[in-house]
Amino acid sequence: MPRLVLSGLTKAYGKLTVVDRVDLSLEEGEFVSLLGPSGCGKTTTLRMIAGFVDPTGGSIQVDGSVLSAPGAVVPPERRGMSMIFQSYAIWPNMTVAENVAFGLKLRNLSSEDVRSRVREILDVVKLENLAHRYPAELSGGQQQRVALARAIVVKPSVLLLDEPLSNLDANLREEMRFEIRRLHDEFRITTVYVTHDQGEAMATSDRIAVMNAGRIEQIDAPHLLYTRPRTRFVAGFVGRTNLLEAQVEAGILLLDGVSLGSAGQAGLPALPHGEVLISLRPQAMTIHEAAPTDAGLVLEATILGRTYLGEAWDYVVQPLGTGLKLRAAAQPLEAHDVGRRVWLRIDPRQLAVVA
Amino acid sequence: MCRRSARSGANSLAFEDIGMSQGGAAAPALRPSRFRLLEPAMLLWVALIAALLVLVAAPLVKMLLISFEMQETGEFTFQNYLTAYGRARYLDALRNSLLLGLLSATISTVIAVPMAWAVSRTDMPGKGFTWAVVLAAFVMPPYLGAIGWILLAGPNSGWINVVWRAVTGATEPLVNIYTFTGMAFVIAMHSFPLVFIFVKSALDLISSEMEDAANILGAGTWVTMRKVTLPLVWPSILGGFILIFLETIALFGTPAIIGIPARINVVTTQLWQFFEDPVRVEVAAAFAIPLLLITIALIAVQKLMLNRKGFVSQTGKGGERREVKLGPWRWVLLGWCVSVALLSVGKPLIVLLQASFAKAWGRGFSLDNLTLRNYRFLLFEHDQAPQAVWNTLWFSAASATMAIILALLVAYIVVRKLMRFAGALGFLAMAPFVIPGIVLAIGFYAAYAGPPMSLYGSALLLILAFTARFLPIAYASSQAAIRAVHPEMEEAARILGSGRLHAIRKITAPLIKSSLLGGWLVVFIVASRELSAAIFLVGPRTRTMSVLLYDLTEQGNFEVVSAFGGILLFITMVIVGIGMKLVGRDFMLRRE
Ligand SMILES: Nc1ncnc2c1ncn2[C@@H]1O[C@H](COP(=O)(O)OP(=O)(O)OP(=O)(O)O)[C@@H](O)[C@H]1O
Ligand SMILES: [Mg+2]
Repeated sequence: MPRLVLSGLTKAYGKLTVVDRVDLSLEEGEFVSLLGPSGCGKTTTLRMIAGFVDPTGGSIQVDGSVLSAPGAVVPPERRGMSMIFQSYAIWPNMTVAENVAFGLKLRNLSSEDVRSRVREILDVVKLENLAHRYPAELSGGQQQRVALARAIVVKPSVLLLDEPLSNLDANLREEMRFEIRRLHDEFRITTVYVTHDQGEAMATSDRIAVMNAGRIEQIDAPHLLYTRPRTRFVAGFVGRTNLLEAQVEAGILLLDGVSLGSAGQAGLPALPHGEVLISLRPQAMTIHEAAPTDAGLVLEATILGRTYLGEAWDYVVQPLGTGLKLRAAAQPLEAHDVGRRVWLRIDPRQLAVVA
Repeated sequence: MCRRSARSGANSLAFEDIGMSQGGAAAPALRPSRFRLLEPAMLLWVALIAALLVLVAAPLVKMLLISFEMQETGEFTFQNYLTAYGRARYLDALRNSLLLGLLSATISTVIAVPMAWAVSRTDMPGKGFTWAVVLAAFVMPPYLGAIGWILLAGPNSGWINVVWRAVTGATEPLVNIYTFTGMAFVIAMHSFPLVFIFVKSALDLISSEMEDAANILGAGTWVTMRKVTLPLVWPSILGGFILIFLETIALFGTPAIIGIPARINVVTTQLWQFFEDPVRVEVAAAFAIPLLLITIALIAVQKLMLNRKGFVSQTGKGGERREVKLGPWRWVLLGWCVSVALLSVGKPLIVLLQASFAKAWGRGFSLDNLTLRNYRFLLFEHDQAPQAVWNTLWFSAASATMAIILALLVAYIVVRKLMRFAGALGFLAMAPFVIPGIVLAIGFYAAYAGPPMSLYGSALLLILAFTARFLPIAYASSQAAIRAVHPEMEEAARILGSGRLHAIRKITAPLIKSSLLGGWLVVFIVASRELSAAIFLVGPRTRTMSVLLYDLTEQGNFEVVSAFGGILLFITMVIVGIGMKLVGRDFMLRRE
């Protein structure tokens, strides 16, 4: 049985529907991110799971029992979940140890148990030496660890995180991503993680649910989301891509009238007949100064412009006979002059048809 | 330099001229201008120090000195202290004051904390109403509340007891205001706004996520409030408690109006008795010292507590606030606020107004009991009342103006760190905060009433005392105002060629105008109702409304007393109304 199930979950404020029929199911121990632009309803969804917001439609189940439905909501304190907030919400009047012990004390554990579990978890998050400090004396990263410890120590049925890293500086953010994933690997707590940073979502999650305007557009493993985006929004939101209008006529894929190869070609996804929208990642192309000899998807093109980004080149190329402008990536040593005639070789497996 | 510094007004004008010409003269005056600018600034600094010494330091020092002096001869002696603490009656007064302070601070806290929580954190209806109640209780002079409560709960003819006897046929009164508890209650009814403001502004800083975090870990609304929300504002509650304790032990009006007839002696009323013929200032000074020491010590404690680590709430992104949903409990809370409204403002005000328009207040609300006689008598026939109204208005205006000007100059120098020992100026300007009004008054009396200054009976004595007493209020609002203007705004003007004073006048002044007006109005209001300092310093021709009101109470004609209270309230309300219109709805209650 799945641990957490959202079915048809909906929230409307008056006429404005901010979460729209969301379906999502998490297996026990799974880590799922809600990824999407600002205002798409991530926080609202998460707060509904936590019980802070009442849904106007649909339901939330944990281990098969309904916790939220319109008009019938179990309050947050009786859900056995925990949550990490954007502001950390560390109580400044309690020491680190007191913060962490708070939830345990509410569970009526003996003070001996409380003490030993607090000590253990502080070890895990590497705060053992700061147990008696006040939050005001901690750095941002340390406060974040306190929040993690406080949430994990109660062994919640579901752990919820709302953009927990957005108040940290870039380096620390990178570090804490791996920390969060490490803790997840260690404790296997079913987790819902809200973020608008795709790097964060990719690094931490088993699956990512991409949200847009209150709806989930696609749920997939991070690498599949990247290589096989199913909607225009996902293709554009996750990574950079070339979104191209193409035609399929008599089994031939045509880009602005130029043939890209036949639909039966190895690696190419199944193509419907007629107009299609395809997503072609810059990384899916390689640039060659001589015509490749092997069979494959190859286009002749002209280099229109280039930018050196440090880790890679970013080329703008134009396939011959078309008005298209494609972005293509290349290794730093693969420098080609602007205006040069080149051959683009396309990896058919990374070409996705989007709705 | 010292001689010139005495003419502070003239010097600051000279300073301004030079500052202007320095800006305008540009290139040719490059070298000497820096030197010329320095000197007037120095003079201004000296002038400010001198003013602050006269207003704050000298009275205190003089009071300390004379507490060790023999009357007439001026010889060194401990006799004053022996007299002041040598009688059980005097020691009782000291004990009573402390108990009264504790009791009224406790009542205030119990009243105000739920109100503050309700307004700040919950979905209780009627928040605007609750605000208005707090403001009204704050604005209404406490001694008017005391008079109102005498009319309500006097043991024989007080309204509540009359109704009680009529309904139950009992012979004993239900409530008696002429008791220790009664007095503490009346005081609390007008000091609870301080706790309210303290606690509410602390609650306003706590983000809802602090509470959500406790909720999701398993704590319900009440556990969360007890274990997270209240502990977070605990320092503010205690801070408000301490302030009310201090206000109470320094309060003169209510203890005099209720306590003297009830034969309850407290420090302030005892000090007043030391001033009755023959005036024994030396003994009064000795007797006032504990009041001063307790105040200084507790303010220090309060400062320490508020600065303690672990109570600084971090806010930032995600620090949004949502209201706690109370369900039916919100009506309980609203009921609480309405009760407080009735007890603190509603009922006292109604009976006061009734009495002020009545031929005899005990005859009740009938039409044939209605008259304007009391007001007419006060405004046109009384030999002192019109003079007192006029005195109150112009003393208050003059001292508000002086306090704001002085505070503004000091605040500007301190905030912009213009001079090396600027901090000392700020310290002196804030010092009266820890000096109870009544102590300051004794100091002023000791220092300036007699020769060589011989200011006794002059308007200047009162104006100076009010200025000193309310300087901290003016200073706090000036400081906040100037802090809000980023120095770069001035610097932007100066780099374009405007001198410092020109920049102040064109850039800073317009930006801080409304805060300053707010500060001025607050000082005006508190000065216009001031009693505990004025009562020691007025002469025959410088009686203020508050003092005259107290005199009238002693004569026991409550219709006339109430009418005079009505006039005072009217003046206050006009000023508050102007303030709300020009400065903003909550200009009186902003915490500074
Ligand atoms: N109480 C409310 N009343 C009305 N509208 C609301 C309320 N709370 C949220 N909304 C709206 O719902 C939408 C989704 O808000 P939500 O906070 O879930 O977005 P989000 O995806 O978390 O965005 P961000 O990345 O900026 O945090 C927003 O348009 C917001 O304005
Ligand atoms: Mg959000």
